[in-house]
Amino acid sequence: MTPENRSAYWKANLRLLAILLAIWFVVSYGFGILLVGPLNQFYLGGYPLGFWFAQQGSIYIFVVLIFVYAAQMNRLDKKFDVDET
Amino acid sequence: MTSSLDYWTYGVVGATFALYIGIAIWARAGTTGEFYVAGKGIHPVSNGMATAADWMSAASFISMAGMIAYNGYGGSVFLMGWTGGYVLLALLLAPYLRKFGKFTVPEFIGDRYYSQTARIVAVICLIMASITYVIGQMRGVGVAFSRFLETSYEMGLYVGMAIVFVYAVLGGMKGITYTQIAQYIVLILAYTIPALFISLQLTGIVVPQIGLGANYIPPDGGEVTMTLLGKLDQVVTDLGFKEYTTQTMGNTVNMFAYTLSLMIGTAGLPHVIIRFFTVPKVKDARYSAGWALVFIAILYTTAPAVGAMARLNFIDTLMVQDTETTVHGLAAFEPQPYDALPEWFQKWEQTGLLVWQDLNNDGLVQYYNDADEAIAAEAAGLGYAGSEIFHGTADRLSAGPDRDIMVLANPEIAGLPNWVIALVVAGGLAAALSTAAGLLLAISSAISHDLLKSVFMKDISEKNELMAGRIAMAGAIVVAGYLGLNPPGFAAGTVAIAFGLAAASIFPALMMGIFYKKMNDTGVVAGMLSGLLVTLLYVFQHTGWFFIRGTEFLAPELGMSANWFFGITPNAFGVVGAVVNFAVAFAVAAFTAPPPDHIQHLVEDVRVPRGAGEAVDH
Repeated sequence: MTPENRSAYWKANLRLLAILLAIWFVVSYGFGILLVGPLNQFYLGGYPLGFWFAQQGSIYIFVVLIFVYAAQMNRLDKKFDVDET
Repeated sequence: MTSSLDYWTYGVVGATFALYIGIAIWARAGTTGEFYVAGKGIHPVSNGMATAADWMSAASFISMAGMIAYNGYGGSVFLMGWTGGYVLLALLLAPYLRKFGKFTVPEFIGDRYYSQTARIVAVICLIMASITYVIGQMRGVGVAFSRFLETSYEMGLYVGMAIVFVYAVLGGMKGITYTQIAQYIVLILAYTIPALFISLQLTGIVVPQIGLGANYIPPDGGEVTMTLLGKLDQVVTDLGFKEYTTQTMGNTVNMFAYTLSLMIGTAGLPHVIIRFFTVPKVKDARYSAGWALVFIAILYTTAPAVGAMARLNFIDTLMVQDTETTVHGLAAFEPQPYDALPEWFQKWEQTGLLVWQDLNNDGLVQYYNDADEAIAAEAAGLGYAGSEIFHGTADRLSAGPDRDIMVLANPEIAGLPNWVIALVVAGGLAAALSTAAGLLLAISSAISHDLLKSVFMKDISEKNELMAGRIAMAGAIVVAGYLGLNPPGFAAGTVAIAFGLAAASIFPALMMGIFYKKMNDTGVVAGMLSGLLVTLLYVFQHTGWFFIRGTEFLAPELGMSANWFFGITPNAFGVVGAVVNFAVAFAVAAFTAPPPDHIQHLVEDVRVPRGAGEAVDH
């Protein structure tokens, strides 16, 4: 593996991390804590929306984030030919 | 008097224990490799399930829903904090640590920072965090056994210590992994089945995640007029408590810091990280974290419904409200006579975790928030002399029921069949035991493998290493049990402190080890020590030195009031410790020699799944 390749792989990895962690932050700290008041004016069934993000929604999104990460990293590993045999 | 409930409880608890012990014997560890990491041969889904059981402790199972019940929206810090941490773990640590291929967390730190000192400091941090965590488990075990055996909390704790001892010392990781899969199944059934029943009773919807957002069906067949959460908000505010869906835990800064502390603590707790050493490949480590979170999320998305519904049912039992009423405030409720209360009330009174004192001698049980002035004034008009529900011992009573009994008492309060109640006791014990075992294993491997084998007694035989590990476990149980007699808080709060310690010490060291090639040995040691000390100091000044009551000090002469740092509670302080850790480490590293070339290459190798440092198979 050339040093250029190695650094491109790492950069692609960091970019993926940045996107996923931004979503992670927005759904929990954003919707669940900082914006909880304004969001609570909307309802999802009987749930005030901000309350729903804090106690339900953020958790579902966390699960999705990890599987997206694993799938994307596996693709990246193949693309750069660094996957395990 | 032995009732049918007792037979059910003994039967179910006995059967599950026989199952765990059977599995432990069947999969007994023969080598150190098997003892520590189960020989690295475990499938990601199985590993995810075992990780979930390992992770979901007494704090999650017994304590968390009770904390949510009494903190409402504020309890969200536990829900988000203990799940969101898995995102950090999966994205920032698990695959790289697996690639590195070592037995323990201190071993990674020692090798990455080419320093025995760093390794010893990591062991100290690990032991501090893990012991605190075990105290929280002991509290949960004590609560579960005290109810199960109908004895005092202290007696329940002693019995629990003995069982944890036999159980954890025997198995090692291989036994623990398979046992934990069985424990996951027991605990998740025990948690969800009562929740399904109760959700059906209160809302007509079986799935509790949906039921919590559904309409409330009054038990007396009255008209459906409000949502479950709306009903709960109304009932608690009428009794003078804070509105459920908007009540916070401290200010917004504290909510933020609390959640973040739990998240980064999750990614820094050795007994969880160690699980990702047990999968065959880097790829598996990534998926394993995802599967673990799936299994965890089943419980965590159920917990808010359990908490809310338990709160409503508890109030409904003691203070009956006419659903047709339009009156607000205390006058809307009719306190029930003590003699007419269901049997569970007296059973829990035996444990001291629920206490009734008839302050106005009318034989009725009044329960409301007497700290609220308007309600207290109304209560005086009705002839009430204060809220009569407490927990604790006669010399130190605290208001309200003990939060940690809510999940265990929940099915009894809702009047569910005896087999469901028995199952919940078995589930609570499974949760506490599986986590205590995982933590004790992390402690024992830190002492026997990282301290003895690598630093002090390099020529120790494998047999003696195992023996030393088991002795270390026994010591940890005794210390944690002693401190568990007077825990620094409810199980979930105590466990939160452990997360704070892990967040402040271990997580930054691991993360910088992977993402910052230039971090060196002096930087990381200075960072870990300052993060740990800052957090410990803040926690101890609020809860007493080493959690021993009566030794807490806050210096009023310095103008320090409780939670003086931006309103951040000690439980939430780990994130501040982590920031200090990062800052000190970077500052020190900037003025000292960078790590040698071979270490920088090592870090580059850890970043790719394939390459020179292929994951080692022990």
